[in-house]
Amino acid sequence: MSVIFQKPKSLADVQTHYCPGCTHGIIHRLVAEVIDEMNIEGTTVGISPVGCSVMAYEYFNCDMIEAPHGRAPAVATGVKRADPELFVFTYQGDGDLAAIGTNETIHAAARGENITVIFVNNTIYGMTGGQMAPTTIPGQITQTTPYGRDPKTNGFPLKVCEIISQIDGTAFAQRVAVDSVPHIKEAKKAIRKAFENQKEKRGFSIVEVLSSCPTNWGMTPSEALKRIREEMIPYYPLGIFKDTDVWNK
Amino acid sequence: MNKVLMKGNEALAEAAIRAGCKCFFGYPITPQTEVAAYFAKNMAKRGGVFLQAESEIAAINMVLGASSAGVRAMTSSSSPGISLKSEGISYIAGSDLPCVIVNVQRGGPGLGGIQPSQSDYNQAVKAPGHGDFHLVVYAPASVQESVDMVFTAFDTADRYRIPTMILSDGLIGQMMEPVVFPEKTNDIPEKSWACDGHKNKRKHNIVTSLFLEPDKLEKSVLQRNEKYKLISNNCADCETYLCDDAHIVITAYGATARIARSAVNEARKQGIKAGLFRPKTLWPFPENELRNSCKNAGHILCAEMSAGQMVNDIKLYTNCSVPVSFYGRTGGVIPEPEELLREIIKLSEGRQ
Repeated sequence: MSVIFQKPKSLADVQTHYCPGCTHGIIHRLVAEVIDEMNIEGTTVGISPVGCSVMAYEYFNCDMIEAPHGRAPAVATGVKRADPELFVFTYQGDGDLAAIGTNETIHAAARGENITVIFVNNTIYGMTGGQMAPTTIPGQITQTTPYGRDPKTNGFPLKVCEIISQIDGTAFAQRVAVDSVPHIKEAKKAIRKAFENQKEKRGFSIVEVLSSCPTNWGMTPSEALKRIREEMIPYYPLGIFKDTDVWNK
Repeated sequence: MNKVLMKGNEALAEAAIRAGCKCFFGYPITPQTEVAAYFAKNMAKRGGVFLQAESEIAAINMVLGASSAGVRAMTSSSSPGISLKSEGISYIAGSDLPCVIVNVQRGGPGLGGIQPSQSDYNQAVKAPGHGDFHLVVYAPASVQESVDMVFTAFDTADRYRIPTMILSDGLIGQMMEPVVFPEKTNDIPEKSWACDGHKNKRKHNIVTSLFLEPDKLEKSVLQRNEKYKLISNNCADCETYLCDDAHIVITAYGATARIARSAVNEARKQGIKAGLFRPKTLWPFPENELRNSCKNAGHILCAEMSAGQMVNDIKLYTNCSVPVSFYGRTGGVIPEPEELLREIIKLSEGRQ
């Protein structure tokens, strides 16, 4: 009997702590599949941030470093500069990347740092129990916007791919979603591209993945996927925002 | 190598390169900017990495990354910048990563001033960040000692897998003195724990400071404390000067110790039996040596460029068995030897 489907080799065979219906599992799998396909597990170092995905260091079989909240791109810079031959990726949530770590993100991009950033945008702080994120959509109810996010008092969300694609050091910025099979296939392609860019030393690559948080959204997993389609994608349009070679335009 | 005349900050940087520092990450701040400038000029051509970070916070986290990858890494700053780094320092300590952090102290609090100060003693020794941890803190009193301590700081950091700090000040950093550099270090230990890619030859390594189960976190803190006991036994260091028969012992470190030495010499000329106890490491503190140095003392005078920080440790380590006075100038004011001499005379008259 031949095996036609199995867990990616670079994904550890352990139970994760993610909630039922959370799409972190899908995104982990896509990253691991890319690492397997490129045969780079032995030369990859991942950076897990503070937030739901902090325990990612237990789930990937490559070397992993836990970074302080928001600092993953700076930690990744340190690793990559110490050994430019390593593949270095960060796996960050919206609070981590677009609130407390905005500075680190933007400047890693500005330096054209040859790293891959996987940005998981679920419009909420998951691990701390569902507070407003920098990407929380106007009107969205969270623990700290109990009457819905009002831009007049809470400000507007950050559209990360739109911002990052304006920076000269950014080679690749694409927004994808994991709400459906075609979108998941598209997401895999984008992640592969973001890792290939490191091999070709093209500059900073980011893949923003629209993801679900059924627990903190107060929805069933299928309602949550529906929300990605009906509320998030209209606000955060999918697509490639930038694709270039920073150093050999 | 022959003697060269060099500025303290630049000598620190040259020493780090020779000590095998592969990556330096920094951010401009007076009065330490020459450290970064020297690396910028020399690091790339000597096979290392210099990177000006977007913030002190980013710089210390780049150190965290480079150190995790197994290379010798360093950052430097001055007082307000060290406050910003304290988050990263705590994570580095909690992740058992080696690195060297330089603080060329200036006056505080807040933006303070840019003149020399020693008002970060408590920060360096007691609270360099949140959580149960220590830095090994070296306090150079000359340009030569700055150089020697950088070598020691990297070796200690690697041997015990801990962050170490060179607690310099604007005076030692900015002045020029003749200095002799040791040969380049070649014996950097293997780092089997490093995240440098497992190459399919070993299980994956994880660098983390997260332990959600209280008993596991407690275990990791207590294991680190065992390491601190070893360090306390092995690394405490000091210089004593004319302490054997001293009735009055001045305790001072760094730049203030040089001024105190002049005052001691002058006091001896006037027939006062004064001595100097100078800790070279502030943590671990050379407490046994302090007690030995004060065996015949009727009084201790602690001199600092601060409003009084180390003085509390002097009282603690002598169990208040000898009266301890304090003389300090702060805010960037450097005490004159005459000011300290006056204090010594006052104390000696009080004795008679």
